[in-house]
This record gives sequence, C-alpha cells and structure tokens, in this order.
Amino acid sequence: MTNSIREIAGANFILAIGTNTTESHPIISLQAKKAKRNGATLVVADPRRTEMAELADIHMQLNSGSDIALLNAMANVIISEELWNKDFVANRTEDFEALKQTVAKYTPEYAAEITGVPAETIREVARGYARAKNATILYTMGVTQHICGTHNVFAVANLAMLCGHIGKESSGVNPLRGQNNVQGACDMGALPNVYTGYQPVTLEENRAKFAKVWNVGELPAKPGLTVGEMMEGAADGRVKAMYIMGENPVLSDPDSDHVVHALEKLEFLVVQDIFLTETAALADVVLPAASFAEKDGTFSNTERRVQRVRKAIDPVGDAKADWQIICDVATAMGYPMQYASASDIFDEIARLTPSYAGISYARLEQGGIQWPCPSADHPGTPYLHKDKFVRGLGKFNPVEYIPPAEQPDQDYPFVLSTGRRHFHYHTGTMTQRTGALEVHYGAEHLEINPLDAADLGVVDGDTVRVKSRRGQVEVKARLTDVVPRGLVFTSFHFPEVAINKLTNPARDPVAKIPELKVCAVKVEKAS
Amino acid sequence: MSYVSLTINGIKISVPKGTTVLDAAREAGVFIPTFCHDPDIPRFGACRICVVEIPGMRNLPASCVTEATEGMEVYTESPAVVEARKTILELLLANHPQDCLTCEKNGDCRLQDYAFRYGVKESGFKGERKNYPLDDSNPYIIRDANKCILCGRCVRTCNAIPERSVIDFGYRGFNTKIVTAMDTPLGESDCVYCGRCVTVCPVGALTWKPLTGKGRVWELTRQEVTCTFCDSGCTFEVLSKDGKNIGVVPKTPGNGRPLCLKGRLGLELKYLDDPPAPQLKKGDEFVQVSWGEALGLEDILSKLSKDK
Amino acid sequence: MAEVTLTINGISVTVPKGTTVLDAARQAGIFIPTFCHDPELTRFGACRMCVVEIPGMRNLPASCVTEATDGMVVHTDSPAVIEARKTILELMLANHPMDCLTCGKNGDCRLQDYAYLYGVKTEPFGGEKHNYPVENDNPFIVRDMNKCILCGKCVRACAEIQGKSIVDFAYRGFDAKITPAMDVPLSESECVFCGNCVAVCPVGALQEKGLRSAARTWEVKKVKTTCPYCGTGCSFELNVKDNRVVGVTSCDGDVNGRALCAKGRFGYGFIHHPDRLTTPLVKKNGKFVKATWEEAISLVAQKLGAVKDKYGSDALAVLSSARCTNEENYLMQKFTRAVLGTNNIDHCARL
Repeated sequence: MTNSIREIAGANFILAIGTNTTESHPIISLQAKKAKRNGATLVVADPRRTEMAELADIHMQLNSGSDIALLNAMANVIISEELWNKDFVANRTEDFEALKQTVAKYTPEYAAEITGVPAETIREVARGYARAKNATILYTMGVTQHICGTHNVFAVANLAMLCGHIGKESSGVNPLRGQNNVQGACDMGALPNVYTGYQPVTLEENRAKFAKVWNVGELPAKPGLTVGEMMEGAADGRVKAMYIMGENPVLSDPDSDHVVHALEKLEFLVVQDIFLTETAALADVVLPAASFAEKDGTFSNTERRVQRVRKAIDPVGDAKADWQIICDVATAMGYPMQYASASDIFDEIARLTPSYAGISYARLEQGGIQWPCPSADHPGTPYLHKDKFVRGLGKFNPVEYIPPAEQPDQDYPFVLSTGRRHFHYHTGTMTQRTGALEVHYGAEHLEINPLDAADLGVVDGDTVRVKSRRGQVEVKARLTDVVPRGLVFTSFHFPEVAINKLTNPARDPVAKIPELKVCAVKVEKAS
Repeated sequence: MSYVSLTINGIKISVPKGTTVLDAAREAGVFIPTFCHDPDIPRFGACRICVVEIPGMRNLPASCVTEATEGMEVYTESPAVVEARKTILELLLANHPQDCLTCEKNGDCRLQDYAFRYGVKESGFKGERKNYPLDDSNPYIIRDANKCILCGRCVRTCNAIPERSVIDFGYRGFNTKIVTAMDTPLGESDCVYCGRCVTVCPVGALTWKPLTGKGRVWELTRQEVTCTFCDSGCTFEVLSKDGKNIGVVPKTPGNGRPLCLKGRLGLELKYLDDPPAPQLKKGDEFVQVSWGEALGLEDILSKLSKDK
Repeated sequence: MAEVTLTINGISVTVPKGTTVLDAARQAGIFIPTFCHDPELTRFGACRMCVVEIPGMRNLPASCVTEATDGMVVHTDSPAVIEARKTILELMLANHPMDCLTCGKNGDCRLQDYAYLYGVKTEPFGGEKHNYPVENDNPFIVRDMNKCILCGKCVRACAEIQGKSIVDFAYRGFDAKITPAMDVPLSESECVFCGNCVAVCPVGALQEKGLRSAARTWEVKKVKTTCPYCGTGCSFELNVKDNRVVGVTSCDGDVNGRALCAKGRFGYGFIHHPDRLTTPLVKKNGKFVKATWEEAISLVAQKLGAVKDKYGSDALAVLSSARCTNEENYLMQKFTRAVLGTNNIDHCARL
C-alpha cells in the first residue's frame, strides 16, 4: 500500500476495485465504513454484488476481466473534461501524451459495451474521483489475478497519477495483501530476481555485497524460476528436487492435477509445515514446523508495517521453528548457519536492507514501524511517494484492454471466478481445524444466479457438477443474485471442493500471476 | 524399600509401599482435587472430593487415605467419580454463600476452582442455610463460619502445636462448626494469631482482616521472604499491588516457635509501604501499641536512644 | 485551542475546552468508575456510575457527558457520590445472577470490581429477576442477557466499530434487552461474529465461548502478537494457560485498535489440533514413518546435495512462505542462494 490502513478513514472518495473487503480484509473494511460514515463516497467495481458493493454509493458491476476498459474510460473522461491535475502531471510525471493517445478511444460508450457498466455511471465515477480532495483506490486479487494483471495495475496507477491522488495522506494506490506476511516474504527476497529490499540479483554490486556478508565466493546471477515455472520445470524434468516451506500449492495453484503430477515427478521433495497438507502428503520427507504462537519473529503487513510475533508457548511435540530447521539443514549441507535468536537474524536483515536498516527488535517493542526506515532515528514512512517517486518522475504506462484468456462458449458457457469467505482462509489448513470457524461455516457452495439455476433445473442445495477443460468438482448450489447471470463463484478454502482443479493456469507475462478470476466452465446437476 | 506398581488412568507407575493413591497420582502428573488433604498434617479423609474408582473395591474410596497396592487399577475421572464429585460440590454449595462477587478469597478458592472445573453452577439441593455472625473480634483474622466446609485443616494445623490447639470441631450434624473452647469469639480465646489456619483454609472461611478490601487475589504479586527475628527461619510472603507492599502472610513454618505474631508484625514494619499500627491483647482487649512494644524491643530502644 | 482550568479533588487541571470532566480527571490521574463509557465510542451517559459532585449543579452529573468549564470545582469521591454509586450497584445487583463462582468473566468484570471497591455485598432490593435462557447456539459467543447491565457498549461497538448494527435496545423498562432485529439469536442474524461486542462488554453478558470455559481470567498469561491470517496485521493477545493457547483477546493494536474479525479472534484452535505434525516423517515404501530430527535433516541434506552435484544448482527449487516470518523468509532465500546456489526461490504472493 502507498498509504496506511488508518488513512483510508480520511479519504473523501474510495474506489474499491476487485476487492471483497468486508470478507477478505474485514478490519480494513472498517476504515472504509468509517470514511463512509464521515461522508466519503464509496464506489465498488466488482462483478459480484458483495457486501462491500451493497454498502457502496455506486456499484459498477463490470464484466469479469474488463477492468482496463473501465479504468481507461475513467481517464478518458477526466482528460476530455479537463479534470486532471495539471500541476501534478507537469511536475511529477512523464509520458502523459502517450496516455492521452491510448485512452482516447476508450469513450465511456465504448467501455460500456465491454464492461457492461453504463456510460453515464463511468462519467459520474470519473468526475467524483477526479474532483475529490483525497481519493484512494483499494484493490486486491480481482485486479491482479488476470492475464493482464500487471496492465490492470498500470491502469490504476495511471488514473491516480492523472489526478495527483498519490503521495499524500489518505490518497493513493492501495493493494490489500492477502496473507499475513506476503509483504514480508517479498521484502525478504523470497523472489527469484531480488535479494532483500528488492535489490536485483542481476547487479554485480548486490551479489558482491550479499556474498561478503554470507561468506560465500559467488552468488548466482541468473534470475530464478517463479512458482508456475517451477511446476512446469518439475513436470518437464528440469527441476529435480524441491524444498517447500509453509505452502500448499496443490490446493492454491491453478490446475491442481498438473501440480500434483509435477510434484510426483520430482526425485526428492521435502515439505516443512504445521499440518500434513495435500502438498506434504506428496513429500519424501516432512518436517514439523512450529506455528506462529510458538516462535519469535516479525511479520510485515500490507501497509509495510513491521510488527513483532512473540512466542507464547513451546512448540507442540517435537516441532521446531522454521528458522531453526533451515539452519539445521544448511549446517548439515556444510554451510554452518547459526543464530541465537530471531532478533539476531533481524539484525542481519537490517544490515543488508536499506529500507529496514533503522528497525530493530528493541524499537519494535514500542510498536510497529513502516518501511522505508533507513536509520535508527527515522520514524518510518506512513505513505510513499511524497515528493518524488522511487524512479524520479512517475511514468504513465498506457495499456490496452485484452479479454481474458478463456471465454465462455457453447461447451463451457459460464465464467467461474474464485475468491475467499469471511470465516475461512486460503486452503483452509488452519481454519478447517479451529473447533469454531468450520463448525459455523462447514461446507462450501457454488454461487449461481437463480435465473441460470432455473435454466439448469437446479434448486438451492442441489449438488452440481462444475467442469472446466482441466477438471471438475461437485458442490452444492446456492441460488443468489450476488452473482449476475453467466457468472458462478466459489472459494478455494475447502479441500473437498478443490476448485483449482478447474482454474486456468494462463499467466500474466510479467508478474506470472495466474488468471484465477476467469475460466470457462459448465454447470450441470449431479445425479 | 519395597515398591508397588499400579496403573492410574492407563499410566503405569511404581511407588514405595505405603504411598497413598493420591500421592501416586500426583507423582504421575495426574490431577486429583482435594479439600481436606494437606501433605504436612495427618491424613483425614473427610471431604471425599478426592474419591477415585478402583475396580474391585466397594464404593469409591478416598484416594488420600487409600494405599496403593500392587497391580491396582485406578481411574480418577471416570463418569462415576465425576458424578460423585459433582454431588459433593452441590452439597457444599447448598450451604455456602454465593458471594464470590466480593469474597476476599475469590480467585484463590478450591470450592470455586472445582465448581468451575466440574461445571457445577449451582446447587440442586435447597434447604436450611447457616447464618452465623461474622467473627471479627480481633485485629488480624476474620472467621466466616458460613463459608466453612469443615475440612478440618485449620484444626489439624493448629493442633500440630500442642500448646496451641485453640480450635476444634464442635456440635453435631448440621450444626457442626469449628469452635474455640466454649465457642467464644477468637479474640477471647488463647489464639496468638500466627495465621497458619488462614494460610491452609481452602475457601473463604478464614481471611486476613488487614487485607480486607485492599485487593483481589489476581491483582497481587507475592515475594517469599524468610523471617530473621529468631533462628527458626519461617518463610512469609510479602503481598504487593501496583508496586506497593500491602501485606505479609505466613507461608511455611520453621522449627521451634513457628510463624509467631511478632515475626509477622516485624516483617510488616520492615516491608510494608504503609504498615498498620500493631495491636496487642491487654487483658481482654486489643489495644494499639508502639512498634517497640509490639516487637518487645522497648528496653533496647531506650538504651539505644540514651546512646545518642 | 482554548483551554479551561478546573479543580478536581483539590488538584488544579488545565484541559482543552470541550474535554469532559471524566477525561480531565483521568488526565489528572484520578479514578472515576465507568460502565458505559468508552473512549472509542460515542458518549452515552447511561449508567450513571461516573457521577461526581459539582457544587452549584443540580443533582450529581455524569462526568462522562459533562464538559469541564473554567473554574469548575469537582469532587469525585464525596459521601454523596459514594452513596449514589453504592445505590447504583445495589440496583444492578438486585437483578444480576450471583454466580461469580463459575462465571467466565470472574476477575475481569467491572460490576465485580466496583462492588468490591465500594463494599457492596448484598442486594437490599429484592424483586423480580430476569430469567432469560442463555444463548449458546453458536461456536463463538455466549450471550447471557441475565447478566447484561444495559450499558449499550455492544450496541455502539457494533454500529461504530464494526459498522453492522446487528444488536440494539429492544422492549421497555424492566423488559429492556439488547437483541438483534426481531429478537432472534445471533446465529440467525447477520452477525459476522467479529466479537468486538465481547471485547467491550464490562460484565459477563457476552463471553468468548472457548476462552471463558477453558480458564479463569487470573490463570492466563497474555502475550501480544500479530495475527497469522490476512495481510492487515492486526495485533491481539494470545491467552495462555499451562503452555496451551486457550483464547485470543483484544489489545490496542497499531492497525486495528481492539477490533478483530472472526478468524483472528476465534480461529486459534488449529494450534493444538490433533492433526498437528509433531515429529519428522520419512516416506518408506510409499508410507510415512516417524523419524528423528537427525535422520530427517541428514536425509534432506544428502538428497539435496546429491541433486545439486548430479544435475547442478538450477535443478533445485524452493518455495518459501508468505505465512512464515521475515526472519524465516530471509534465511530461506539465503539458504537457496548461498547453499543451494540458485535463485529458484519464490512463494505464493501471486495467489
């Protein structure tokens, strides 16, 4: 996020696009509700009529995957009606002309055909966004899990820069991250192309710096494989062994059958987790890890706030903290890796990472700190891009609409979209085992529009078979007009409804994010 | 020493011959509730809350007075045992004031602990209730006989010192009560207020008068100190709340003349931020005295002051 | 900003204009009891527990809704004030179950705290008592309306923190009660079981079902930590008894204040679930068998080393975890790059 979570309450205009905030980020939604109580305008762009959409002043129920058309049309209106922030564009950005040219053809009428959102609504929202004192854009996987995910994000950023709605309090571009430490995992360089703090592995000086502190001769220069590429590599024999810590790609990744097939082809698989997940079941060795309650450490949240995780109990059974296990494996492989505490590891991180340099466990006792925090006397950074962007001038990256990789057709006439539920989390490994959440919300269902259900002869509670070109699942139907005609929706929380057997692994070419939000399926009543 | 092996809740354990089932269970890490049991004083077997199931035995024996034998099988939380404990608790609660709200022992009360553990919310038994007046006839100990469960720990603790033996069971049946000789208030008895009876009371029947209203059990922190007034080496606890020392209570007696009043008062003077003025019994009444007099140091103090 | 100076129990206090007498007193370190007041919620002035004496004012005003004025003289513990507070407590206790014995909030209950503080032991006002059934049909929250003192904090928390307004006051007089619309159980309402009402309840009317049946309030150790679910980063306290996590309670988080969602507040049960892995497992003939750490670690080291030697570093790949700590992700990429010698490391940020 460019801003802090609490700044959302101070926004005058909130555009929430592709985020089911009340269910996936309930506490962040409280800030949006607070803003609304203070008089802010809330606009939600989502194919489903979620609770967030119900709360909104305007719900733009766009067709799945048509975000760029919508966002470009908003830019079109803002430019043609002279509502853009000319000072900001002149002083802080470049390539405005390119944007202007690209969005010229995205008239609201043209976008209305693609998105299904009325032209007049697009105009109204564009004007409201441009004229607001503080406007913030919230988005999540509804924007990114498309083959054009990176371009969707560019389109969002273009809009914010066009109106100067970035680099100040309560105004910005705010992706809400889905997992407790997905921000931290990225910050820490658990990515194929960068070290901690996004320092590229391709730069000689970075490699030299890390090699020195790590006490090794040379570090690899070639960027590595992404998750999807690893699975492909495993399937075609380029990858021979994998070490998976705390992830369950069998349920979370698209086209599950392919993932299982790939992992089974490995010569060796070691999985480190707190439960025997669907992925761990395929392993040659399973290492029992400690849960968050059993170890010290830090998480970095979606607003870049580094916060302490504190050990409350001893690990259950013979489980060990993940960091201790990694040290043991490294040491057994001839690289002595030893730390007395998580705090010592953090100090090494701070030493190597400019944006974390000023953070320490001692400081975190007083509360969380938002990076960048370059020195011990720096208070942290509540919002980014205040006076300049990281690259200097903000660059407009004009983007064109492209349709989703898989369109509904005669054989697979429905669009399937996937997401999350309020009472569950990710692949359900934890939330299915709480003695409470799964008792309350014990079974998954498929949301289907009552008119579509009537055509199929399906009534509420019927078991239906959902099939794509890649796989099928059976699930009970729930008739609801939360989904429009032609769209069906379910979550990926329930192993018994392993919906990622169906989803499309087609990926965004840059970020490699699979298009989990759109695939073509057919729905039929199970006998 | 010869050993016997028994099984408690499926756990095999070997203990010296003569060990009670209760002690064997505790050694095996198995919890058994007790009211009247106290490892430091003679076995009593009165409260029955420690009953267990031992196949082959008639009824449910009290584990605190049943010796472990070779091959014995014990179940400490079988349905019959739990049922018996619940009934005992219900019977106790049938005649116990429901005033945890302001009871000084709230949070440090076995009756409460076990009622919570066994889910006994109220008594199914309705009937006459005791209605004794509160005995606060002295500056140190408050006795509320309405809350007494007749476990007898105070009696046995007091009687462990022959020259004390201030209290005992009196009357019969429903009217049974812990009394001083002639059932006078404690202030009129020979009690020297060592307070060991308060320390062992498992419920709210005996409480510290100086601490009344000063703080709830969970608000207090405790620090163990050893008395140095004589060479007995009794241990006491200094209680503090919000960083302020507010009371001294006895813990474990040493040998000799244990846990005397003088020792406790001396420690109060030493440790408390705001020690209450000491009171000594003169004739039939308690009167406020100087610290010198309370600690028997008047002669020394006067000599010291002359020395100046 | 304009300021006013007043005197509270003889202490002179200067506060910004608009400050309540209650806040001014707290600023001066003077205790005033409250039931319905909460700094995060709108002022309500319902419970009257915070009354004070201000010479010149008719009656005893509630300090939580009385603004401090210049020259005001306030007495927070005068005989009249104490008398009023005792009467309020007696009236509340006249219709409150006397079951601290087993109440899950025993030790963390304002009614109990104040009854102890003011020495209110009995209930001189005999009379009708509520006899509502305890609502216990959902796995998260137990609602016992017999214990409710109608402070309305839950109503305001639901409306003002959670933005849901599931519960409100209903009925009148003696029958007044907090209910969801149509007086249905929470399980049949639109309640999302965030439990933020439970976090503000000053008595035992709303309790966390699991936590309050597992431990007395004074038995638990509280450890502040960060929620392991979504990326919001809420702070909460793990409640620990006998080396087990028995519940979660709110604390003042940088991000969330006291607000939590159902997952954060009630989703801790996985920690001690019997399915937890408690020992290393090695697959032999297609079946997992238990192994020691030494066996497992040396097998992993040997296999990864063998693949590296035979096929090269890039035949190895590592998935790190968005669920694990920064320190662990850091070590995992260090291990991958420095020990395995490849940049093949990723995690599921994309999902």
